[in-house]
Amino acid sequence: MRVSDDDIRDLERVAVEVRKSVVEEVYLAKSGHPGGALSCVDILVSLYFNQMNINPEKPDDENRDRFILSKGHACAALYAVLAHRGYFDKELLKGFRKLGSPLQGHPDKNKLPGIDMSSGSLGQGLSIANGMALSSKLDSKGFRVYCLVGDGEIQEGQFWEAAMSSSHYKLDNLCLIVDKNNLQIDGRTKDVMNVDPLNKKLESFGFEVFEVDGNNIDEVISVLQKVKTIKGKPCAIIANTVKGKGVSYMENKEEWHGKAPNEEEFNKAIEELKF
Amino acid sequence: MDIDNKKATRQSYGEALVELGKKNNNIVVLDADLSTATKSNMFKKEFPERFFDMGISEQDMMGTAAGMASCGKIPFASTFAVFAAGRSYDQIRNSICYPKLNVKICGSHSGVTVGEDGATHQMLEDISIMKALPNMTVFSVSDDIETKWAVSEAAKINGPVYIRTCRAKTPVIYNENQEFELGKAVKIGDGTDATIFATGVTVSEAVLAKEELEKQGINVRVVDIHTIKPIDSEMIVKCAKETKKLISIEDHNVIGGLGSSIADVLAEEYPQKLIKMGINDRFGESGTSGELMEKFNLLSVDIINVVKSN
Repeated sequence: MRVSDDDIRDLERVAVEVRKSVVEEVYLAKSGHPGGALSCVDILVSLYFNQMNINPEKPDDENRDRFILSKGHACAALYAVLAHRGYFDKELLKGFRKLGSPLQGHPDKNKLPGIDMSSGSLGQGLSIANGMALSSKLDSKGFRVYCLVGDGEIQEGQFWEAAMSSSHYKLDNLCLIVDKNNLQIDGRTKDVMNVDPLNKKLESFGFEVFEVDGNNIDEVISVLQKVKTIKGKPCAIIANTVKGKGVSYMENKEEWHGKAPNEEEFNKAIEELKF
Repeated sequence: MDIDNKKATRQSYGEALVELGKKNNNIVVLDADLSTATKSNMFKKEFPERFFDMGISEQDMMGTAAGMASCGKIPFASTFAVFAAGRSYDQIRNSICYPKLNVKICGSHSGVTVGEDGATHQMLEDISIMKALPNMTVFSVSDDIETKWAVSEAAKINGPVYIRTCRAKTPVIYNENQEFELGKAVKIGDGTDATIFATGVTVSEAVLAKEELEKQGINVRVVDIHTIKPIDSEMIVKCAKETKKLISIEDHNVIGGLGSSIADVLAEEYPQKLIKMGINDRFGESGTSGELMEKFNLLSVDIINVVKSN
């Protein structure tokens, strides 16, 4: 079913608010990972505000769809999305990365409602997603599992072990999303350790592969809808994104992978983030 | 103990899994292409729909088990100890122990008693690595009866558990009525000349040593530490107070294993000398299980010598 233009506009409005929260979280924490968080905001908003079968009132419902942020360092985005979606008070965002806060530097499933899996050590999320998808099938529950990985992250060998398993067990209730922002800490992914041609690699591992502009909510939603119709194999969405999306001076700059804006930079970012 | 009634603890593991599977539909078993060796294939035969072979990819297996556990399953992930605790350490740490997921890991083929496969397959550090992880319970089992108890107990614990089993056949020490308790060591005998703390394959050797020493008028007790974590501090201190000599013996590196665990307790609660027998910070090598037990001084005769020496 086509999502109306009005609905898309509403989601885009949410995405702007989420981006403001991300920048504020990192600014107040004086540390964090804004680049990779901003690149995946539109994907997370599409999932949590439109496509996933979830209920913030019942974060532990055993039939809910699951989401795993395998690139756990982008958690400023996940926290902001969950807060805006109503899982917890937005005030908590101000404690991000601080002593005693449930908003840990990387997600802890036991500290905050709505986090389906702890993560932080890269390359592990797809295996966990497979385990959840297998459980869903074993119990005929029918819930779907979404796993977001970074394009640098998939240099980890375990990711490819897991990719084999997704396909071997024909996990058509699993959707892998690659946040392909083409940058990692040491520079451009293609220079550090090339992962391309990613579509061919994932296809050869048995995935039905889709490519999309990952910062375009309209496109992301329509591909997420298409993915639900694929049977007998897992799907992968290569979401082409811009690292630091929405904040001009952060966009496509690897140095914004893991640092916080100062006051002046923060104010500039908030000024820019308007719908 | 009947020295001729022998069974490998990996075999007992397989049998125990089948029993658990009959009682609880949430039990699932994963293996990494070693199910014929770890004996998880017994579960596969009985419950094929609940058995998942992950191929030669231990890291993926641990992650998959974690995902299943987060959805209410009770996964038992089995592979050789060297691959379980070694190859997939980071997955066990970050995807199982940190989120405190209900995953049971069985590391079979531990220690030099693996035999001919040699050093690459003889895991001598797993107790050390696994006990250092928060939220982890560590079992190191000595015979058929104890293994079956440990597997059943592991399923009752809500959290990660590591069970260390062996390839070699070892004597059945206990009878069916033996009672075990999590974190409580089993004391065999009341001798006060020495305490021999043992775990895994060395327990039956300690019992043999005890029997032989009795004939010579030396009375020792054996303490089978089947739960390395949480360790039975009370029993360790009691034995330190009641016996003249303290010895530990393990088919594991003396750094970080059973002996170190006991020494930690003694240092804090009742300082006393402990003689640590085991693998002295080196790798194993090829040979039969018996030859290697002899080479690394893990036999009853070695224990007797240490008990009698000054």
